[in-house]
Amino acid sequence: MQETHRKILSAAAVLVVLAAVASLVFLSSPKGPSITVASTTSTENSGLFGYLLPIFMTETGINVRVVAVGTGQAIRMAMKGDADVLLVHHRASEEKFVNEGYGVERTALMHNDFVIVGPASDPAGIKGTEDPADALRRIRSSRATFVSRGDDSGTHKRELGLWKALGSLPRNDDADWYRESGAGQGATLNIASEVDGYCLSDRATWVKFANKRNLEILVQGDPQLLNPYSLILVSKQKHPHVRTAEGQQFIDWLTSEHGQELIAAYRVDGQQLFFPDALEAAKE
Amino acid sequence: MDEFSNASRTALHLLAEMHPDLIEIVLLSLRVSLSAVVLAALLALPLGAFVALKPFPGRRGIVILMNALMSLPPVVVGLVIYLLLSRTGPFGVTGLLFTPAAMIIAQCVLVFPIIAALTRQTVFDLHEEYDEYLRSLGAGTWQKITTLLWDGRARLLTGILAGFGRAIAEVGAVIIVGGNIVHSTRVMTTTIALETSKGDLGMALGLGIILVLIAVVVNTAVVTIGGSASRRTL
Amino acid sequence: MRLQHDMLPLVVSHVSYRVDGKAIIEEVSFAINDPGLTVLLGPNGAGKSSLLKLCHGLLPPSSGSIRWGDADARTARQKQAMVFQRPVLLRRSAAENIDHALKLRGASAAERAGVIEESLAWAGLGDVANMPARKLSGGEQQSLTIARAWALNPEVLLLDEPTANLDPSATRRVENLIRSFAATGRKIIMATHNIAQARRLADEVLFMNHGRLLEHAPAERFMGGPSNPLAARFIAGELVE
Repeated sequence: MQETHRKILSAAAVLVVLAAVASLVFLSSPKGPSITVASTTSTENSGLFGYLLPIFMTETGINVRVVAVGTGQAIRMAMKGDADVLLVHHRASEEKFVNEGYGVERTALMHNDFVIVGPASDPAGIKGTEDPADALRRIRSSRATFVSRGDDSGTHKRELGLWKALGSLPRNDDADWYRESGAGQGATLNIASEVDGYCLSDRATWVKFANKRNLEILVQGDPQLLNPYSLILVSKQKHPHVRTAEGQQFIDWLTSEHGQELIAAYRVDGQQLFFPDALEAAKE
Repeated sequence: MDEFSNASRTALHLLAEMHPDLIEIVLLSLRVSLSAVVLAALLALPLGAFVALKPFPGRRGIVILMNALMSLPPVVVGLVIYLLLSRTGPFGVTGLLFTPAAMIIAQCVLVFPIIAALTRQTVFDLHEEYDEYLRSLGAGTWQKITTLLWDGRARLLTGILAGFGRAIAEVGAVIIVGGNIVHSTRVMTTTIALETSKGDLGMALGLGIILVLIAVVVNTAVVTIGGSASRRTL
Repeated sequence: MRLQHDMLPLVVSHVSYRVDGKAIIEEVSFAINDPGLTVLLGPNGAGKSSLLKLCHGLLPPSSGSIRWGDADARTARQKQAMVFQRPVLLRRSAAENIDHALKLRGASAAERAGVIEESLAWAGLGDVANMPARKLSGGEQQSLTIARAWALNPEVLLLDEPTANLDPSATRRVENLIRSFAATGRKIIMATHNIAQARRLADEVLFMNHGRLLEHAPAERFMGGPSNPLAARFIAGELVE
């Protein structure tokens, strides 16, 4: 009886080991071709990828794996060779990436816009202001709470650009009203809604954001708030393992008439979040 | 309170209808964490026992290190494994970054010291008691190890379950090495982080409830095993 | 029946055992030539337990030598079994405890099954074969360790105060097992501080105090009147320091 007991036990142990090894192997082998896209959080959080990628998968059989991080981190990821395609929204960083030889070329994909949101009570009185720089100036002078991404993302870089246009970046002694969340757009909006603060957000994340509470859009529509997204294929010269063919296929598909129509057709709560740019850009 | 009740309603709804996304995420979490714990146990049990039984130079240092590593910060583990598995890192060619395998490795690293340290302590204590009996019968090292591990099974299982609890509740490491990719590396904790950041608290809370339930089940198991073991054999 | 003993004589010559410079056993020499039950008698702390463990090869002597027939203590251990004062029982059933010991001594599965049943029956433990060993009563636990030793069919059995922690009825039970063991003609060496027990069981007595061997005599002569004055006081029931 002891012997059978032992045998069952060792059999069970062997099974568990096999299962563990099998799950390692099985879990790590994707079915069919796949590419990794390093992307900004807004495209993922807005649900755009959730809508586009299954269609792309059906049409091409290519599985797209999206790692959604801030623009800065996405670019560093791609520089280390951990992504095949980059989808980001900060022109200067993108051009630097391509010029340094990490990317093949920048392709305009689409745009949406940034909005400045804040509490309905609007303590800094920015509602109706057209110039976003003017709005920030009022926030600064009234020392009303402003929540910054502070995470080197595209939106963060854009916000810093706006402050810089005002003459200087917020400094350490501004810490009483200028808060850096160091987090993604959604997390930052959560904080803003919690402390009744102002915040710069891309429109897509804002529309999809479910915890708005007192927050509403206070400033929008200025050309300075335009938010263009581009695609960059990571260069095979720098990282020979990059899946260039599938990556290029993904870029071509998104920038095709078909892909652009799909982007334009994406709606959240009846609202269009992204506006295609690729066909326009290709004409120039 | 209104948000909380809204979120709870959504959460219960998702649980009640067994939403496929939810199920997929829960299953992936279980698979990743179970694999990690099994792998960690396979390595840590013999190693912990070996350290307990065999004196060698630097053993004290190893013991201190094992105990210290129990509180290894997950984000640091995540970062280090990220750097190792990155394409430009030493193990880049394996292509494991942003796969469940990478998450298993990270959790394995987190859980290993817990199981190893507990194994060492358990085997050490039992060995104090069994040493003369085992030597009287001329047991070899391997026979000693298997005897002590088997007789320490109740405590070891408790430690393994504690390790599983740490693995499945951990977010810092898996979000870095897994990348939180939909249908691929999105597990309960990373989804909770993501959904919370999207302000979608229902899904987050639904998964939170499942995590808490798992914690309750695991701890009940720990108590039951400990209790029945002490009633029957200890 | 009388077994062929290649373990005897046991020759202990000039054995000392020190821990951190403190002598536990000092210059002990004796020879045991005959089978039967030798009692190692003396007050607590006399060094009986250490001497047994030295003989069993569990402790290395600091100086001197121990021979069992042609073998040294460590080699001889393979044909011996030892029972400790606090029963060392695995966290398993009674039957599995015996199985484990047999397996360590290399018995095949087929051999083991029969021996386990036989030895449990011998010790009157048939009913509790599948009980967790550590849930048995004190007397049953020590009976089980003796049954486990019996299952190994050793040429020598070493017992270290096997009844020190037991009540009278459990002591009787264990003593009966020891007698039954001795009846097979095996060599038994038992440490005890209990004079009455030595009287009941011993064929031969080694009297120890403070790590030294003070007297070695047949039991009858020793109990009738030991030549060592300390031993005389001890069997008279005085407190010996």
